[in-house]
Amino acid sequence: MREIKYEEIVKSVKDMILYSATNLPKDAYKALEDAYKNEKSEVCKQVLKQILDNADIAANEARPLCQDTGLAVFFVKVGEDVKVVGGSLKKAINEGTEQGYKEGYLRASTCHWDTRANLKDEVGYNLPAIIHFDLVEGDSLDIEYAAKGGGSENVSRATVFPPAKGRKGIIEYVKQVISDAGPNPCPPLTVGVGIGGTFEKAVISSKHALFRELGSKNPDPVLDSMEEELMVLLNNLGIGAMGMGGTNTVLGVHIEKNPCHIASLPVSVNVQCHSSRHMHIKL
Amino acid sequence: MSKTYHLTAPLSDADITPLKAGDIVYLTGVVYTARDAAHKKLVDLLDAGQPLPFDMKGAVIYFVGPTPPKPGDPIGSAGPTTSYRMDSYSPKLINEQGLKGMIGKGKRSQEVLDACVNSKAIYFGATGGAGALLARQIKSAEVIAYPELGPEAIRRLEVVDFPLTVINDTYGADLYKIGRAQYEVF
Repeated sequence: MREIKYEEIVKSVKDMILYSATNLPKDAYKALEDAYKNEKSEVCKQVLKQILDNADIAANEARPLCQDTGLAVFFVKVGEDVKVVGGSLKKAINEGTEQGYKEGYLRASTCHWDTRANLKDEVGYNLPAIIHFDLVEGDSLDIEYAAKGGGSENVSRATVFPPAKGRKGIIEYVKQVISDAGPNPCPPLTVGVGIGGTFEKAVISSKHALFRELGSKNPDPVLDSMEEELMVLLNNLGIGAMGMGGTNTVLGVHIEKNPCHIASLPVSVNVQCHSSRHMHIKL
Repeated sequence: MSKTYHLTAPLSDADITPLKAGDIVYLTGVVYTARDAAHKKLVDLLDAGQPLPFDMKGAVIYFVGPTPPKPGDPIGSAGPTTSYRMDSYSPKLINEQGLKGMIGKGKRSQEVLDACVNSKAIYFGATGGAGALLARQIKSAEVIAYPELGPEAIRRLEVVDFPLTVINDTYGADLYKIGRAQYEVF
């Protein structure tokens, strides 16, 4: 059994949150630079310039990239030979989240679903974190984190198709979701697509797909060709940066698949704004 | 062709009627922050016949919930939030109270667009996710109402050369439709 200290997890989570809030990941920065270079609309070129300048200011002055510092979303792979000592793993992630959001002067955005009252005093500052645990072989702790904003989450959709809809139906659905979203989710976007599994499995896969590095290839050749097809179709929508009309609507399309029930074809589309703040650590 | 204007808030009809969808505006002066929770309170006050916490005539409202300021700063990061959540409240403020400008991001309802035409008001877009860059143009911030709403409290901001794009003008044009039509490939 390998022991990992509670305090080490708290500190690692806190550091990850502080860094992500002010530093756009390299993959997102590069994708935006490429978009800036090839954008045909002058208006969108100016928007993309502002987005890149914003990333430079945020990094140099340690200011949050966006005022929507998100809900803290984690995918955690727990090795079966890991023992957390000094407290529980879930509590450590939540404590690190609270410390990071407080110390970084980040926004506490969790509220009661009905009264809309902020939960910072009742539950904790920007708590609870959204944590997806998975148990794996080995003795390490793998933590992926993203700050997930509300604007892009609001346009995300899921459905369960009859199997006959197939690849064509999935592509039409993704196109419709992004077309309907228009300027609202702060394009250029990363589009996460989850296919198969049960209803909730597809949704969680679409979220996890957003964590993949922009510019990386899908190892599955069928999914890779769907991603390429969707990139062209979605950029042809003409929505452009911040919806002002242009040639860069998406920075990437990432698809994850799962085996299905014989009766169904679940599909989920999770949308990520251009401020794709994500990070990955291994303890 | 898009034109560039430098305007000072509060705004008059003479300031805003030349503006066309796609024009660039650098705004200086006073703007007030409000998101949906604050809008609901404002409209509740009007329905109860009570006075508003600030003069709405000629006012510009910025749809924003900033991050907390670091010590010594007037405000934290402060980019626009998605505007449709204010669609049910904005027409009343435009038609009955003389609101002249709204700053946000994303599509508005037909009722808001109609109010912009009938009572003369502009919907401006600011770049979402550029909260650090936009905060630089905010020189002071003071909570003037609903401090209990935290980031959603109403703040009086003084801004200098705040960079905006006209999305909806006083003639019913919509940059989101015009721009997309230019680049959509079928």
